[in-house]
Amino acid sequence: MGSDLLFYIFGAVAVGASLAVIGQRNPIYSVLLLILSFGALSGLYILLDAPFVAVIQIIVYAGAIMVLFLFVVMLLNAPHEETDYDERVHPLLRAGPTRFGVVLAIGLIAELWWALTKGRETGPFGDGSVSSVAAIGRSLFTEYSFQFEVTSVLILVAMVGAVVLARREPKSEGRP
Amino acid sequence: MSGLVPTPALSHYLILSAVLFTIGAAGVFVRRNIITVLLSIEIMLNAVNLTFVAVGRYRGTVDGQIITFFVMTVAAAEAAVGLAIVIGLFRHKESLNPDSFTALKW
Amino acid sequence: MLLLIPLLPLVGFLLNASFGRRVTKPVAGAIACGAMVASFLVSAAAVVQLVGLPADARAISQQVFTWITSGDFAVAFSLRVDPLSAVMILVVTGIGSLIHIYSTAYMHEERDSEYARYFSYLNLFAAFMLVLVLGSNFLVMFVGWEGVGLCSYLLIGFWFEKKSASDAGKKAFIVNRIGDFGFILGVLLAFVQFGTLDFQQIARAASQLGPEASFGTLSLITLLLFVGATGKSAQIPLYIWLPDAMEGPTPVSALIHAATMVTAGVYMIGRNAVLFSHAPQTLTIVAVIGVLTALMAGTIGLVQNDIKRVLAYSTVSQLGYMFLAMGVGAYGAGIFHLYTHAFFKALLFLGSGAVIHALAGEQDLRHMGGLRKELPITYWTFLIGALAISGVPGLAGFFSKDEILGRTFTSGHTILWGVGLLTSLLTATYMFRVVFLAFHGNRAEQARPLHDAHDAHDPHGAHLHDAPPAMAFALIVLAIGSVLAGYAGLGGRFEHFLEPSFAPQAVEAVADTTGELTLVFVSVLVAVGGILFATFFFWKDKAAADRMAQRFSGLHRVLMNKYYVDEVYDAAIVQPIRIVSEYGLWKGLDVSVIDRIVNGVAETVDGASVLLRRLQTGSVRAYAASLFLGVVLILGYYLWP
Repeated sequence: MGSDLLFYIFGAVAVGASLAVIGQRNPIYSVLLLILSFGALSGLYILLDAPFVAVIQIIVYAGAIMVLFLFVVMLLNAPHEETDYDERVHPLLRAGPTRFGVVLAIGLIAELWWALTKGRETGPFGDGSVSSVAAIGRSLFTEYSFQFEVTSVLILVAMVGAVVLARREPKSEGRP
Repeated sequence: MSGLVPTPALSHYLILSAVLFTIGAAGVFVRRNIITVLLSIEIMLNAVNLTFVAVGRYRGTVDGQIITFFVMTVAAAEAAVGLAIVIGLFRHKESLNPDSFTALKW
Repeated sequence: MLLLIPLLPLVGFLLNASFGRRVTKPVAGAIACGAMVASFLVSAAAVVQLVGLPADARAISQQVFTWITSGDFAVAFSLRVDPLSAVMILVVTGIGSLIHIYSTAYMHEERDSEYARYFSYLNLFAAFMLVLVLGSNFLVMFVGWEGVGLCSYLLIGFWFEKKSASDAGKKAFIVNRIGDFGFILGVLLAFVQFGTLDFQQIARAASQLGPEASFGTLSLITLLLFVGATGKSAQIPLYIWLPDAMEGPTPVSALIHAATMVTAGVYMIGRNAVLFSHAPQTLTIVAVIGVLTALMAGTIGLVQNDIKRVLAYSTVSQLGYMFLAMGVGAYGAGIFHLYTHAFFKALLFLGSGAVIHALAGEQDLRHMGGLRKELPITYWTFLIGALAISGVPGLAGFFSKDEILGRTFTSGHTILWGVGLLTSLLTATYMFRVVFLAFHGNRAEQARPLHDAHDAHDPHGAHLHDAPPAMAFALIVLAIGSVLAGYAGLGGRFEHFLEPSFAPQAVEAVADTTGELTLVFVSVLVAVGGILFATFFFWKDKAAADRMAQRFSGLHRVLMNKYYVDEVYDAAIVQPIRIVSEYGLWKGLDVSVIDRIVNGVAETVDGASVLLRRLQTGSVRAYAASLFLGVVLILGYYLWP
């Protein structure tokens, strides 16, 4: 009843925010709108009986990753997107990869819509909830323990990589 | 109020995530700011997450949610490294337009 | 034991080729001469052993190894000594040894490395020649055949820095090759006909058949073999290389182009006597070509001014006599003349070498004269050689040449006999012309400037001393041989000895002595007449020769230019081939077609890459777009019902 409606509300917010993200000129606005989109998604997760994921989404995605994006945007003092074309022209009509990409996106969506409505196991959800944090934790540290450890290595690598890639070149290159 | 709209079934969720995914994909092409491109990629990853959780719920297992952990981890790592690269590129060329990096041209 | 005969010179070759330039000249010379002399001793021992066998089983064979086995066909590398090859190995090793000894003095002024190179080639030649004459089948003979051709090229072009010498070497090799082509065809055809390459087996098979009445397979085989002989033994039409071959050192001319290699063709016919006897058509051709060559070469030799050229044409002419003998079926007589000719022709060449050596390179007869007093040994030995070749009674040439002419007449070929007689006259004339011009009279005052720079301290006369001991030794031994060698043929003993080699054959050794004395008398008359001609024109009254030349100036010019044969060949054969090669094959085919194809492939790749590299736009978004397109397509493929 109410939860059905909530689905549509959250869904609309997510889609709308995403569209705005890719439509905005100002990158800061894009980031903030994306945070809004993540919030809507989080709501959807709760509707799907996955509260833990919802919370994680907010904490990690919206809280950490997006903040990182914000940092970088501000650090680089990213200007408004430079435009060598007329802004008022609709994206669909712009030349080059842009138009191509948009056309492809429309194609993809058509494809997926058609595929997904073909039937086959897309019925309603069952009753009863299986998720609790304990259940997740148990499964994570027994069945998926190897993957878990691998991700820690992944994070380590990313950390090292980020540090190396972003560091300033030693002064030896700056000689007159 | 309950009979106004159809109860969301799995297909609804899947369609929603498909829409989100394509929005993200379109964003990669449309935007001329590398950072925004990275944002679009995050949108795509989120759509995938939604799919996993929905299907996991449908099948009644907790595996879908566990997979989202990993997806999120990867997304975080990728965002970090990607932004580091962007910073490096920006230092080199003072521009965030992907079209200005044409060193690979023949 | 037979293997040693060619093996010893081969070892000499290997030693001199590997180490020769590091040892002193005497050592290199000693290796080479030692190898030859050793080979001669082994040959002599083999011949002695041979003679000890009964006449109808006179052969010693040795199979060295099996060379080819292919299905039913098997060929072995085997050697065989019988009377014919016995004569040949003695000639090759004996006269070869003398020439090696002579060379040690003649080539003394060369650098050490060149000296060793010369002797290594000379030994290699001897090895191949011995393989040629000892082979018991066509294949082994062919190995030797080709090998001596190679060595001839190497030795003619020994002073290869001189263009005329290297040209002459090439000419010899190429012309020989043309003859060899015919030879190979003949061998192949013989194999097809008889299924074997072994001489004995072929002879046995051929003797089962009767002589061919018309031009059939046997005639074709023998004709093709004869083509090879014309190349190797310098007969019409392939004799043109021999005069040019005089560019090589004189001992080479003596050994290869007088005594041994050029006689390979004659030997080959003798070896296949049974086969040839069964092809009378070919025999006629052989005889006719032989005698025509003899005449033609004789006329050319009459007017040449280079002493070695005269001797070269004389060799061609005498080879013609040998082929005449083979052609009329007198195989033994032909080999007999081969044997005596080896002596006196080698002698004449070595003598001319001594003259050239003494005059520091002068070879033109017009600039010689009066050498009789200054070079006595050379003069007397040369004179003996000249008398021998002219057929003066008592000396070797008389016996053999007379035998040939006699057999020609008695077998009914009267015209051939007449031509042969005329050639005899010419032989005596041109030979004594050389004797008188070189050794008698006065040397012309306007001698050409001497070639040898190191004799600058003595401008007139250079090394005008007689032959040094090594050379003199060879000359004297050969002179003795030129006198005595003929007596081996007295009473037909020589030919009788050789008979088993030519049996079974259809020609009987006819000993018809009745008409013989008349013929002998005529021959002697002719010889003496020739000498008298020469005496008149070239000793007593030299101006008369010049007047004759002027009166018949047209003919004289033709003779001087060797009947323009070389020019004709050049225009008719060489130039067309060259034009086809250059314009047709090279420019037309190679450049236009093949190069275009190859370059075209490269250009196509180039053009394709120009198009393809447009994909590399460098635009990241474009790459992403193509990625995405791929995803859409693949997804569509999988989702398709």
